[in-house]
Amino acid sequence: MKLIGTGVSPGVAYAKIKKLEIQHQLLNITGNLESILDSLDNVSIYLESQSRLVSDEVMQGILEAQSMMANDPDLKSEFINNWENYKSKNTLNELIEVVFDQFKKKLENIGGYFAERVEDINGINNLLKLNIMGEEFPEFELNEDCIVVAADLTPSDTSTMNLSYVKGLVIENGGPTSHTAIVARNLGIPAIVGCSDARNLKEDDLVLINGREGFLVKEPDFDFVESEKARESELINRYKRISGPGKLQDNTIIQLLANCGNIVDAKKAIINEAEGIGLFRTELLYLNQITAPSISEQVKVYSEIFEIFQGKKVIIRTLDAGSDKPVPFLNSVKEENPALGVRGWRLIREFHSVIKDQIKAISIAQESGKCDVWVMAPMIDTADEALEFSNLAKENGIKKIGVMIETPSAAMVSDQIFEIVDFASFGTNDLTQYVMAADRLDSRLSDLTNSWHPAVLRTIEIVGKNAQGKPLGVCGEAAADPLLAAVLIGLGVNSLSMASNSITEVKSFIANQDLGKCQNIAKEILKTKNAFEAKELAVKLFN
Amino acid sequence: MPSQIVKVASAVGLHARPASLFVKAVAKSGVEVKIGRPGNANTNAASLLSVLGLGIKFGEEVEIVINEDSDQANELISNLSSIISTNYDH
Repeated sequence: MKLIGTGVSPGVAYAKIKKLEIQHQLLNITGNLESILDSLDNVSIYLESQSRLVSDEVMQGILEAQSMMANDPDLKSEFINNWENYKSKNTLNELIEVVFDQFKKKLENIGGYFAERVEDINGINNLLKLNIMGEEFPEFELNEDCIVVAADLTPSDTSTMNLSYVKGLVIENGGPTSHTAIVARNLGIPAIVGCSDARNLKEDDLVLINGREGFLVKEPDFDFVESEKARESELINRYKRISGPGKLQDNTIIQLLANCGNIVDAKKAIINEAEGIGLFRTELLYLNQITAPSISEQVKVYSEIFEIFQGKKVIIRTLDAGSDKPVPFLNSVKEENPALGVRGWRLIREFHSVIKDQIKAISIAQESGKCDVWVMAPMIDTADEALEFSNLAKENGIKKIGVMIETPSAAMVSDQIFEIVDFASFGTNDLTQYVMAADRLDSRLSDLTNSWHPAVLRTIEIVGKNAQGKPLGVCGEAAADPLLAAVLIGLGVNSLSMASNSITEVKSFIANQDLGKCQNIAKEILKTKNAFEAKELAVKLFN
Repeated sequence: MPSQIVKVASAVGLHARPASLFVKAVAKSGVEVKIGRPGNANTNAASLLSVLGLGIKFGEEVEIVINEDSDQANELISNLSSIISTNYDH
């Protein structure tokens, strides 16, 4: 039986399960104001003493901060101020939630790193309730090697464990940036989060977990355990050799970036060692809206992303609505051929202010961060369009201006386009659809809608020659296919952007290729007659 | 009534280690200190929760105000300013 979760700390572990039942549901907390204030002190002292027990610096910092929050003067005043309104109730539950919520809401509204502190406040809330009711603080005694399974795990829970027995962690809730994930990575303990099916596992079940790929296998056979362990140690060796920024064997630099659509993607990208974002899709802000998001709403979202990628490059794409991504308030006119209709940059013809506001919002957001912000427009067809975008972006203080190359027309006049812009990036999915004139969603045409097709690669070759050393990226699915990525490098591409979980695989493949070899192989592949032949030849020549 | 405006130098903003150090220093002094964006310094600087709740990011300016005139107050304010203008990120 295989369970799936999100791998947050790599490694393979095989051991018996230890289930931690963390919280009794304390539904009815009773007491008075004094019991709350006393318990806050107790919780603070407890957290302080736990912080001195742990050796991990990150955990220590979290526990110390939590200890300060528990006896925070403003927290206590809020309990005192609200007491009159709640003292007639039979329980303290409501009062406790109301007071903590005030502080949580503020942090949630700020977002980013600040919002993550909400988890700390929840931890204090739980300990407070336990202490008011005279319950012991949870303590987890471990005396043999085990894989810990829990619904959630707070730093104070973790601090009571003898971590040398913990071979792996499986958390039913939680995301990639939860404390568990951070602490597990720091300590090198394999961990999976968001594995909701784990609640059905039983104490002492023998399981294998893979914290790199995010799965758990119950009662695996011996051969499987051995092969997973061997595969993991091979990966560790391979990744050790290739840590650091992306480059070829001859040290040619190939930036490896991530495609992102939201904060979760961005955080995963950091874990996967992306060197920046090569495509930030802004559509999510507009989908399911009845009007355009305000400038300030946009600034907030962009700033959060920029904050995560401080000191790194972020390429943000202006709104790419239309065709297969319709936005109700923009794409209301019925189009016979939406893929060939008003989409991407073409929206400027009808909705100038929507696009202008977005560029303005990006410009405001980039002021506050220490992030290298690049902006590109989708579905650019001509040098005139590139110039129109470039002028608008420049007026708004955007420093690096680029376009996506997705149409045969843009490729044919790419020499003119490169005179105007600083960089370009291929959207290989759309480029393939338009070069082949084949709908990428029609499975009957899959032999045509394949980016390996020499007609697509020859189009890319034209652009590569016209780029004249300017940054030229790929941000379609093609970048995540190591062989195809190497061919694209041979055609002049110098950065690759992909779903971040593909980065390591691509990085390790290209680290063993040199530029000359990529160029020679690409030349041969351009001579093939179809996608199947092209790929087969690449497999043969690269191995 | 000493007051001072400083720029936050840590990349995480007034958060995590810089925020804890700052609040600890205030609490230890026992002096009433207020903090906020310039012209709006009315948050209790001894409360970590409230200081975090300001959401002050890298590069922003904050004003620190102490409601008492003494040598101790002057010394404290310069200590607190230096915590904020130090970059604690590696």
